[in-house]
Parts: sequence; structure tokens; C-alpha cells
Amino acid sequence: MSAPVAPEAAPLRTRMPAREWVRELGWRHVVGVVAVAYAAFPLVYVVSASLSVNGTLTGSNSLFASVSGDNYAALADTRFWTWVVNTLQIAVATAVGTVLMGAAAAYAFSRFRFTGRRVGLTSLLVIQMFPQMLAFVAVFLLLLAIGEVFPALGLNSKLGLICVYLGGALGVNTFLMYGFFNTVPKEIDEAAKIDGATHAQIYWTIVLRLVSPILAVVGLLSFISTFGEFILARVVLQSQGSWTLAVGLYGWVSNQLDANWGLFAAGAVISALPVLALFLFLQKYIVGGLTAGSVKG
Amino acid sequence: MPTAPPTLDPPRARTSHARDFGPGFLVKLVLMAVIDALGVFGLLACWREGSMGIFWALLLLLVAANYVYFSKRALAGKYIYPGLAFLLVFQIYVVGYTAWVSFTNYGDGHNSTKEQAIEALLQQNERRVEGSAAYPLAVVTDGDDLGFAIVDDGRVLAGTAERPLEEVDGATGADGQAPTVVPGWTVLSYQEVIARQQEVTALRVPVSDDAEDGSIRTQDARTGYAFTPSLHYEEQADTMTDALTGVVYRPNAEGQFEAEDGTRLPVGWRVPVGFDNYVTAFGDERYSGPFLRILAWTVAFAVLSVVTTFLLGLFLAITFNDVRLRGRKAYRTLLILPYAIPGFLAALLWAGLLNRSYGFVNQVLLGGAAIPWLTDPWLAKLSVLGVNLWLGFPYMFLICTGALQSLPGDVMEAAKIDGAGRWRTWRSITLPLLLVSTAPLLISSFAFNFNNFTLIYMLTKGGPRFEDASVPLGHTDILISMVYSVSGLDGTAAKDYGLASALSIVIFVIVGTISALAFRQTRKLEEVM
Repeated sequence: MSAPVAPEAAPLRTRMPAREWVRELGWRHVVGVVAVAYAAFPLVYVVSASLSVNGTLTGSNSLFASVSGDNYAALADTRFWTWVVNTLQIAVATAVGTVLMGAAAAYAFSRFRFTGRRVGLTSLLVIQMFPQMLAFVAVFLLLLAIGEVFPALGLNSKLGLICVYLGGALGVNTFLMYGFFNTVPKEIDEAAKIDGATHAQIYWTIVLRLVSPILAVVGLLSFISTFGEFILARVVLQSQGSWTLAVGLYGWVSNQLDANWGLFAAGAVISALPVLALFLFLQKYIVGGLTAGSVKG
Repeated sequence: MPTAPPTLDPPRARTSHARDFGPGFLVKLVLMAVIDALGVFGLLACWREGSMGIFWALLLLLVAANYVYFSKRALAGKYIYPGLAFLLVFQIYVVGYTAWVSFTNYGDGHNSTKEQAIEALLQQNERRVEGSAAYPLAVVTDGDDLGFAIVDDGRVLAGTAERPLEEVDGATGADGQAPTVVPGWTVLSYQEVIARQQEVTALRVPVSDDAEDGSIRTQDARTGYAFTPSLHYEEQADTMTDALTGVVYRPNAEGQFEAEDGTRLPVGWRVPVGFDNYVTAFGDERYSGPFLRILAWTVAFAVLSVVTTFLLGLFLAITFNDVRLRGRKAYRTLLILPYAIPGFLAALLWAGLLNRSYGFVNQVLLGGAAIPWLTDPWLAKLSVLGVNLWLGFPYMFLICTGALQSLPGDVMEAAKIDGAGRWRTWRSITLPLLLVSTAPLLISSFAFNFNNFTLIYMLTKGGPRFEDASVPLGHTDILISMVYSVSGLDGTAAKDYGLASALSIVIFVIVGTISALAFRQTRKLEEVM
């Protein structure tokens, strides 16, 4: 996506007269600086607020007036770290499950010819248009009913929430993977088959290795979207001890915004870091995955 | 009902021949054994609880799993089954269930089946039988729940709120006094009773499984009195009769018992109400006014969000799409920062930044102004769009950059040779090509923003409230947040699952139609087949 800066850039610029430079390139830097300021100022602000001694919204307005780790230390007295663990458990389990189930289904659709294949693909395309979260009332009622029989899968259970998220796995990701699986030449499978490999050996040892970039992308996208999912988590997880970060931090801000601001800012910085790091390191793959199938390039 | 967690890592046969006992087959065997064991355990639990719907669904999934993984013919099924099982239960079923609920009056006051409603009515309307005997009583516990032990005709009976009274052999106590030792139960001391006084006086121990038989209650923890329902349910006639007044209540079409003068008993049950919920959404003035305004704002919000983020993203993409520009990569990395922050954090952060009294924007950027960014109807809408612009432009920037870089160079060159100027090339070649390649993503973005609950709920909670509406809805509510308020799951309003589900279905229809039309336009279907 981000093509390298052409090597002839420097010589061109030195030859360019100043007025032309302003007209051709200078304004781009002006736009760039303004845009970066716009994009980054809330982030600078939240870092500063998280380091402020005061810990209130009012006291966070002068950037970096004071620097202390008080807010971070104070997180230990809250349920913040429980929420972090919950969120990571739920997001990792969902991401792994999504990759396993999505890849298996994509493999079947890409490699086998069976009755109902076309219908299956078309249905998946249709199902894709109906976001699961719209049915949150029914999800709530379903888990209420399941919980009467199996409390471990009912309301207020992380496992129950993971199952709900996995229900959306096939609809969203199979197409992304299906397209990628099709780019792996069939001849590779066939050669392995002639050598006596079974379909399971071909799948686990050959195809999955060849499609690993798309597995990484789907896993990451699933992790990131589960990480920030709010409405289903809010409806399903009812006691503070099982909340995710999204539900918990919302609770802090909706209730006494001013007093909890420092805590929130520190919590926000910590919870944004894993996603931010993943995103920046794997930018290329994520962007590739987002635009796969629509932007050809 | 999924067949428990092991489906996360589904068994996969390393061999398609069940006769071939390789290690793969053994792994499969073990996994299937675990799944079957859990499944059978689940079936028994369902049977015990009487949840027949879950029972049949689980049985079906279990039989299908065994068929798929032990048959030689269901090859594709082995790979599709795990995902499909979850998809069927947690996506297709819930959508279907939403549709069904939207045709019922499920919600507060209509929460259960008719049998449960009758039982609740009988229990809630009990009074002491005049002149009835008083029973010597002791407060006991079975380890978990509180219960009563009473003496009736020299027999000792004990029970809890869940377990009706049963005779206990071998209990001892002075004649005509409360029992002091009850086998299988622990008798509470006076101090313990005092400590749990409220629980004791609220406790109701049923005499038998039939709610008509009434219960034993106590005020002083020493004497128990028989209470019987003041309502009487006549099974043949399907009527409720008030034993005191003789008023007869009959079931009406809305799932409540109703007397001839129109008074209704408070607990009802859920019944199909046809299109009533849809009529309420579009016709009842309590809802239809807010509903239409919210619908209009939802569409405006989704469209404007896509347009503004696309335009800004495109402008920035063009700006940085010049190979001579130094530091392009640094600019790009910094610009996608907002996109790499989880959306809920960004929305909460902006809620603080835009706070009227203390927020950074008013206090520092605007030098102490008190602009009601989130509490004025129009400014709140503007703020929502502004925050969404901040959140969304990096995504558009990324896809526009990708699209610009993949524009065919030869076409550009041809345009140049034909004498097209910069503007002309841009308008007639670049923009159309760009729109073609980004259109599917713009549609997805529209659909996403149409249901962007997190942003709205975290930033404004739908507020400011409509002054003229009786329901808790506001100027920045979009349809999905309206559904959330109406459903009552946040506890601010009475629960109305029926109406909430009906509104969900309306959203499904709108989003589905728009996406289907748009995707057909982009010929996505032909491409993937």
C-alpha cells in the first residue's frame, strides 16, 4: 500500500525553484501538519491527562503541567485489570475460533464440489448483510433460556458471549478467506493427493501454510472488533466482575465523568496500546485485508 | 444450542476411512467422545429442566455432528459443520427469533407463558384464611435456602420456597411446641432468625405443588398461618374468580385476565399480536413522531458520515500521493492513528473533550467558551458527525491511497497526450475509476454507520432528549440506539421486547435492501462465483 518514496525525490527538489516548490510540494506539508495535528491532538491530550496528578477533567486541561504515575497506580484498586483479562480472553478466543472455523469453511467451499455449494455461498453473502448485533434482544432472550439449563453458557458468562461472537464468524469472514484460498493453485493439492495425502493432511499441512497471511488478517480484524464491541457485551455481561473494557470504561465515564477522568485516561492509554501496536506493526496486512477484493492493486 | 466449547477446535479426520486407525482417527474419536458426552449431559439437563426447545436443537446438532464426522460421504460437511452450527444458533436463529418476538407483546407484564402467569397471580394474591389454625413453627435451613418446619396434628412437615412441605420422620420437640431437631435440616437459633428477619417474614413455603393450595407464612417466626389465594382459577372455564368479591376475570386477546368492567389482573402472558408492534412504530403518536425523526437522522448521519470521511480521506490521499514529497510515510503513519484506536475509547475521549463546562475544546481551544457541544440538538448532531469524521477519515485515506496507486498509468498518459488538463483528467478519469473501485467499501461503511451504536451511545447517549416525547429518546438517537432504549435492557424504561424487535426488523429491511441493491450494482455476485 505505502509505496516507497521514489529515490529521485531529493535531486528533483533541489533543482526546483522556491516558488515552484511551494506550489508543488510546500502546501502538501502545510496540509500534512494541520492534518496530523487534528489526528493526534486528542491522543496527546489523553496521554497528558493520564499523567496528570489531579485526575479530574478540569485538572487535565493544561497539557503535561504535571507528570505522575498516580492514575496508573490507582488502577490497581479498581477492577480494571480484571476487565483487561476478560477482554483479552474473550477477544483471543473469538479470534482463534473465527480463524479456525472460517478457514475450514473457506477450504470446503474452495476445494470441494458438493450439493448446496452455490446456495451456501449465496446465503453467506446474504447473511453478511444482517449484522448480528441488531438482534441483541433475541440474543439476550436466547441466553436467558440457555442459562436456565446451562448456567455456564447463559447470561453473564464469558463463554456464552464468545459463542455469540463465533456465531457471526462464518458470515463475516468466509468470503474474505474464500477469495484468498482460490488464489492457491489447485495443482498443489492434486500433487499431494497423488502422493497419498488425505484431505485433512492437505488442509492442515499444505493449504493452511500457504494462506497464513489471510489467517493473520482475519484473526487480527476479529480481535480488534471483538476488543471494541459494546452492545452485545453490555447486554450479556451483567456483573462487574465479568465486564469487558468497553463496558467497564463506559461505566466510569457515564458515571461521574469529571471525577473518574484520570482513571479513565490511564485505562484508555493502556487498553489502546495493544491494538495500536498490532495495528502499526501489521499495517500492511490489515490494510491489504480491508481492501481485498474491491481495490485491485 | 452449540455442542459445548470443544466445537471451537473441531475434530478433523486425517483419513476419510474409518477403518484406518491412524493417529488422526484416534484424535477424532477422542474429540467426538468428549462432544458426545457433553451433549448427552446437556440433553439430560434439558430434559430435567423441561426445556424441550433446547433439547431438540441439541439432539439435532449432536446427531448431525456424529453423522458428519463418521460418514465417508459428508466430506465438505466435516469442514463446514463447526462454523455452521454456531451460525445457525447464534445468527440465523436469533434473527428468526427476533422476527417472531416482533409479532408478540413480549415485555414487562407479558414475560412468560400463561401457566406461569396463572401461578404468579395465585401466589401474589394470597391472604390468611380467617379463623384457620396456627401451627407451631421453626425456621430451618437445608444448607442453601431458608425453610419452615411446622407441627400439624403431631406430624412434622418441612419445606422451602422451592420445595413444598413434606413430612419429616424422627423430628423431636415438646408437644404442641415448635420442633427443635429436624433430621436433614438445621434449626436456626433465635439470634440467627433475628439476623435474617426480613427474609423470614417474606418467606412463603407452598403447601403443595399446586399454587391453589396456598402456603404457610409467619410474622413472628414462632407461629405459622395458612395462606390461600384470594383468586381462584377455574380450569374448565379458563377464568379467574376473586373469592372475596366474586368478580370473574376472563382472558382477553392481549394476554391478560380482564373483568367485565375492564379491570385487569397485573400479570399477563405473551400472546401473538400480529402487526401491532409495527403499527405502534409507525402509527402510535408516542413512538411514530420520534421514530420518523430518528429514521431521518439515521439516514442523514450514515450518508453524511460516509461523504465527509470520504472527501477528507480522498483530499489527504491526493495530497500525499506525490512521490517527490518527503516524509510521506511518517505523515501516513501519524494520520492513521485515530483508526488504530478502539472506537469506544475514542468516543468516550471525545465526550470528555467536548464537555461543556470542563472540556478541553471549550476551556483551552476556545478560551473558556461554554458551547453546549453535546447538549444542544443541532450542535450535538454536528459533534457526532465531527467525531465520526475524526474516527473515519483514516480508513478512507487508506483505501483512497490504495485506489490512487493502482490507477492504470497508460490511461493517464493517454489523457495527457490527448491534451486533457489536470482538472479534466481528474474529473473524467481519476474520480470515476476511484469510485468504481471504492464503491463496495463505501456501501459497507454506510451499513456500518447506520448501526454505529457505540459512537452514539458513548458520545451523547442519544441526547439531548426530545422535550415533546414521553419515551426516553433524543435528537442524536439512531435506530439501533432507539431499539436499545425501547427494549428496556438498560433499565431506564419498561421492557418492551416486542416493539424493540419490530424496530430491529425494520432496520434489517432497510440495511438489507440498500446493501442488496448496491452490491448488485457492483456485480459482486458474479465476481465471487
